[in-house]
Amino acid sequence: MQALSFDEIAGLISAKYAPEMVAPSQGSLVVGGEHLLEVASYLRGTPELDFDYLISVTAVDYRGHFEIVYHLTSLQHSHSLVLKVRCPQDKPVMPSVVSLWRGADLQEREVFDLMGVSFAGHPNLKRLFLWDGFKGYPLRKDYSSGT
Amino acid sequence: MEVGRERIYSAAELDAHEGALIEALRASSQQPVTDPDEWLQKELQRNVLVTSVDAVLNWSRRSSLWPVICFPACCAFEFIGASASRFDMSRFGMDILRGSPRQADLLITAGTLTWKMAPQVRRLYDQMAEPKWVIAMGACGITGGIFRDSYSVVPGYNRIVPVDVYVPGCPPRPEALLNGIEMLRQKINARSISTEGE
Repeated sequence: MQALSFDEIAGLISAKYAPEMVAPSQGSLVVGGEHLLEVASYLRGTPELDFDYLISVTAVDYRGHFEIVYHLTSLQHSHSLVLKVRCPQDKPVMPSVVSLWRGADLQEREVFDLMGVSFAGHPNLKRLFLWDGFKGYPLRKDYSSGT
Repeated sequence: MEVGRERIYSAAELDAHEGALIEALRASSQQPVTDPDEWLQKELQRNVLVTSVDAVLNWSRRSSLWPVICFPACCAFEFIGASASRFDMSRFGMDILRGSPRQADLLITAGTLTWKMAPQVRRLYDQMAEPKWVIAMGACGITGGIFRDSYSVVPGYNRIVPVDVYVPGCPPRPEALLNGIEMLRQKINARSISTEGE
């Protein structure tokens, strides 16, 4: 039952993973997409970290690449962490974290619906707010509704 | 659902069917429906019998407007305020909000409407028995308001259903809504059976 600061969490991660897999950057951890599940299960399963609650999954369009942002917290230790993963715009596929946090289900569907990022391994990846047959992904910067 | 349409089985087919309905409604709703008020200009052919029947009919119709529950967004709270004790909509015989459109006369469009919700609102209107009226409440109800250019918002309920009275505001105060209801009552009072069904 001890809350860790970001530097302590980053120290734990840096000791375990190479810098090209996970790098601390401005108060958040930037993870390579192919290592996301591995790092996430480490964060979830290690007792002194114990990130058992996924607050939100969201996405940012940086024109060229997307950044998927995960806000994690530990109900046991009361510390939290921001995890960021980047993927190129021409191949927007991410591993799904539904197997680790059930709460990611609807959030990943929302990102898929509005930003057009696919989540490999998601059990039911389909549109959430918009309807079947809607063209385009409206939260992308290059989206135009034509009105 | 329409009689005689194909059966639907899987969830994916349901989604595709729903999407097709929304796209079809959107495609057929690019222009506003004409407001049903051309009869107001007509020269009424009145005689003693018609005016007496009109007076009774219009009195009963305007005195018990039962609104259907259709509140997609935040204007609903002004509507709730208008129907609660302080503004007391019961004065106009509107004390019963109908959960079933079959028992309602009035559709008050309290809130922003998205295209995904539009088929349901259209169905509510279709299921209401004649005669029926629509009040477009609030900026979103009239034109889509600040969401007019959004990819998902219907730019005004008059794309979907014919509107009798427009009540501007974001949201309109209960007094404004009551004023709109009073205008609708006057409009109902001007009706005549001699021009109905034309």
